[in-house]
This record gives sequence, structure tokens and C-alpha cells, in this order.
Amino acid sequence: MHVLDFEKPIAELEGKIEELRHLAGGDVNIADEVGRLQAKVDKLLRSTYAKLTPWQKTQVARHPERPHALDYIRALIEDFTPLAGDRCFGEDRAIVGGLGRFRGSTVMVIGNEKGSDTESRLKHNFGMAKPEGYRKARRLMEMAGRFGVPVLTLVDTAGAYPGVDAEARGQAEAIARSIEACLDIRVPLISVVIGEGGSGGAIALAAGNAVLMLEHAIYSVISPEGCASILWRSGEAAKDAAEALRLTAQDLHKLGVIDQVVPEPLGGAHRNPDLTFKTLSLAIDSALRDLAGVEGGVLRARRREKFLQMGRTGPV
Amino acid sequence: MNWLTNYVRPKLQALVRPKEVPENLWRKCPACGHMIFHRDLEKALNVCQHCGHHLRLSVGKRLEMLFDDGKFQRIELPKTADDPLKFKDQKRYTDRLKEARAKTGEQDAVVVAHGKMGGIGIVVAAFNFDFQGGSMGVAVGEGIVTAAELAVLQDAPLIVIPASGGARMQEGILSLMQMARTTVAVERVKEKGLPYIVLLTDPTTGGVSASFAMLGDIAIAEPAAVIGFAGARVIETTIREKLPEGFQRAEYLLDKGMVDMVVPRAELRATLVRLLSLLRNRGPAGDLLTLPLDTPDAFPEDSARL
Repeated sequence: MHVLDFEKPIAELEGKIEELRHLAGGDVNIADEVGRLQAKVDKLLRSTYAKLTPWQKTQVARHPERPHALDYIRALIEDFTPLAGDRCFGEDRAIVGGLGRFRGSTVMVIGNEKGSDTESRLKHNFGMAKPEGYRKARRLMEMAGRFGVPVLTLVDTAGAYPGVDAEARGQAEAIARSIEACLDIRVPLISVVIGEGGSGGAIALAAGNAVLMLEHAIYSVISPEGCASILWRSGEAAKDAAEALRLTAQDLHKLGVIDQVVPEPLGGAHRNPDLTFKTLSLAIDSALRDLAGVEGGVLRARRREKFLQMGRTGPV
Repeated sequence: MNWLTNYVRPKLQALVRPKEVPENLWRKCPACGHMIFHRDLEKALNVCQHCGHHLRLSVGKRLEMLFDDGKFQRIELPKTADDPLKFKDQKRYTDRLKEARAKTGEQDAVVVAHGKMGGIGIVVAAFNFDFQGGSMGVAVGEGIVTAAELAVLQDAPLIVIPASGGARMQEGILSLMQMARTTVAVERVKEKGLPYIVLLTDPTTGGVSASFAMLGDIAIAEPAAVIGFAGARVIETTIREKLPEGFQRAEYLLDKGMVDMVVPRAELRATLVRLLSLLRNRGPAGDLLTLPLDTPDAFPEDSARL
């Protein structure tokens, strides 16, 4: 497993356990020793992850082995049927989307996919979408609206792709229209920030009735590195910027920007993806139940009112 | 000549004349380098008479230029929390705000005003680039929301004039949320059947371009204004190559189909007045056009098929 720098002491202990297991045969004394070490690992994990700094959370949110959108779709959605293209220019694999069943009911799922190895990362452009991606998202949201199907968005992107072709095809307009679609549809829209919620590229999918965030996910107007290079004039200050931006799920919940923090397994989602899927499934289910039976126009009005108030009531 | 005219007279004149500060009288055009006399520049609405380059125009001048007889009424904006995140980089955000307020005499980066344009009542929200680069935080969001609400209340068209680098980083996620917030605000204007016109001025980038600024019924850009999502420097470092000539300029956007027109400053008011008149004084045809529903002969072939 990829080890983050602050996890080194944990990794060392885990390495020792592996070594012991390797050396052991069926020796009973070693099982004791392994148990003792494992308890130590758990304790260390618990204490480390209980007080992660915003910068450490940023690293966890970007952990290469953290489950990505397609992992959640595989685990939570039956009969997933991907739908492609913006009907205008092309198919952007940085945003995946399609119809499927969540706990028996049809949903439209739309998510940023970062990819999990070199090949898939290239295929999905590292989760950085171009205008065609946001136009596809908009198309799928509108379709869901027509069929009365709830929309589930899974947000995990460093941001929209900064490139000449993306600008030429109207990146700004595509994002604006995607936000507009989020705020316009007359079906429940549940957004989950599963990893990195990067700026305009994230809000394009995240103006939901309920916005959930995994415990160690981040959501910010700019990356800590970008903020540091502009305000501190040094990329080195990313730690300070992460601190100042208040980008953790816990801070955003206090600010009233997100509705719920979904707990992750000990040591982060990547240490126990199955448990993460189960917890998130329950959270999504309960968010959907809260909105079940609410008339479409009311759903839309409530969503709009919620975002219209952002910053107005004065945060804590 | 002699020493009297060359030496004594200038010395005497210098004693008598009030001191002048020449730097304030002449401005160098950033595009062609020509020196322009300040009165000429003012008369030409900050457009260089030599090369036609559009220098930035202050909000006050902008509003004067647009409203009938330069008359308008400013709207006081509701107060918002100044520093919601208690943000501090190398400087405190509250100090940066203080400086910007002292420099501009404004509370924040947007000014909302109403008045008449071509005799039609309108609401305008104009950005002040001198205030923290026109960046959008909660106060700017409040400005757009207020302008939109006023437009709906007065049954008036809304004109927004961005000049902004994007979101205000020091307000973190709350500045990002203003993208959704302002989108709702302008959608409400559009849903009332009221024209929403955006006049994109230099620069319109980042979170401002990726929300209300790109949602206008009609998008007008000033010549050579930089309009785009990602900053040119960010793109250059990402793709590691030189950007094409004129990239993210108004004319480039026109060429790519992202704006309706690029209009020189001198023609802006006339263009807006014409558009407003076309949309608001539609003439009888707009109301009287009905489909000949009860005359089946109108489409004989269709009725034959039925």
C-alpha cells in the first residue's frame, strides 16, 4: 500500500507483522506477538487519524488507493448502464455517468473518475473534465429530471482541466450550465464528496439537496498548493494554505456548506473499502428517504433557497 | 534666443504657476506605448486614440457612461460577515479588506445601481476591479442577489458587468458557494421573462466566468477583454507550450461562439439601448401572433392525413 509520510510509523509496525507472519510456521508464541503488534497499529492509527491536520487530510483525500467513483458504482449500483457523450462534441471519460439501481430503485449516477493506475488515469484524464464532460453531466441530469429519477453525484476531482482545447470549447460556460442544471432539476439530487472537491469543477456537480462528505475528503475553492503559490508566493506554504482554507469535512459542516459528514473506517477509506461502501450506502439511502415523496417543484425550490442563503445567514 | 527668454522667464513662471504633476496628466497606453493626454483619454472613455486599446474604466465612469444623462441611483447592499473564515496568509484578510476599502472608498467589489437606459428602467451590477481584483466573496454574491431581486421587483432588465479574477480565496468554500448562489439569482430574473444581459469586461475569469457571467441571454464583450476559466499561466504550466495568439481574448471567444458580439466602448450604450428596446418594446407582433387553430384549412395536407 502507498504510505503517506505521516503514516511511516504505522507502516513500520505493519511491516514487522508481515515479517513475523512470514517467518512463523504454526508457532503459537508468534500469534501473540502479532496480536500485540496489531493492537499497537490500531492504537497508532486511531490516534493519528483522530487528529489529522488539514494538509494530512488533503493527502488522504488524494491517496492513490482511495476508492474512486467507479469503485463506489461497482459496489453500490446494480445494473449500471453507462451513458456516453455530450451530443455536441465528444465523450469525456473524466466524468462517468449512467443509469442503474441503488437499493432496488433507479438512479442516475454521475461522478468524476480519477482512474487507479497509469492506464486508467490517462483514460480518465486524472479526473479533470473538459466542457464535454460537464455538458454530458448536464444532459444526464436533465434526462433524470424528465424521468423522475433521483440523481446521485460522486465528486472527486482536482478541478476542471486547464487547457487550450477546454477553453476554446467554453469551459466556463459548460461549468456554469452544469451548476444551473443542478439547481434546476425537479428530482432529488444527492451529492457526495468522496475524495477531492476541487473548485468550479466540483461545484458543477455538487449543488445538491443534500451534500454529503466522507470524513477525510476535502472541498475547496482552490487547491492548497495553488492558494499557497498565489498568497504566500511559495508552493511550500501548502500546509498553511490548507489550514487557512478550512477545507475539511468537519469545518465545512460547521460552516453549514455541507449537510453531513460520513465516517470512514479506521485509517481512511482505502484501508477498508467494503466498510466505506456500506457506510456510504446507508447514508445515501437515508438522504434519499428524507426526500422521497417530496414534490419536484418543492425539491427544486428548497435546493435553490438553500444555495441562495449560502453566506447570507452568517456562518459560525 | 537670449538668456532672458531661455533662462529667466521659465524661472519666473515656475515661481508663479501652481506646481503640476506631469505623471497624472499623461498616461502611457499599455498596448502601443503612446502617451495620451488625460483629457483625451477621459473623453474617449479610456480608449487609446492611437491604437484603440481599451484601458480599464472605473465603475463610476462606467455607470455614468451607460445610464441616460449619466444619472443613476446606487443601491445600498445588505451587510455581510467580513471575514467568515478568519483567514490569514502573510497578511490578515481583514487588513487586506481595510486597504481595499481605503483605496476605493467602497465596501466591496460590486456596485449596484438602477436608473434608465434609453428610457427603460434597468438594474446594473458592476464590478470594481480595483477592489481585490474584483474577486467574488459573500459580499459580491450579495450584490448580485440584491440586483437580481431588485430587477424582479421593478420588472426591469438586469445588466451585469463583471471585471473579476474569480473567486475570493480568502473566503474559501463560501466564495465557491457564491457560484451556485448567483446562478440561482440570475435564473430567477430570466424566469420572469426579463432580459439578463452580461457585459464582459477585462478580465472575466475563474469562478465568475463559470457562473452568472456565462449565463446571460445576451453576452457582449469589450474588445480584447480577457475572458476564460483557467488562468493563462496555469494553462501554460500544465501543457508546457506557448498559448495561441489572442487566446482568451474577446475576439477569440466571439470566434469560438461563446459571446454574441464584441462592441467597442464608444458604441456600447447605443448597442445596449437598442437591445433593450428590441426586447422590451416588442411592438404589436409579439402579442398578436396566434396560431390559426380553428381553421383546419390552414394545413389542408395535415387534415387530409388525419
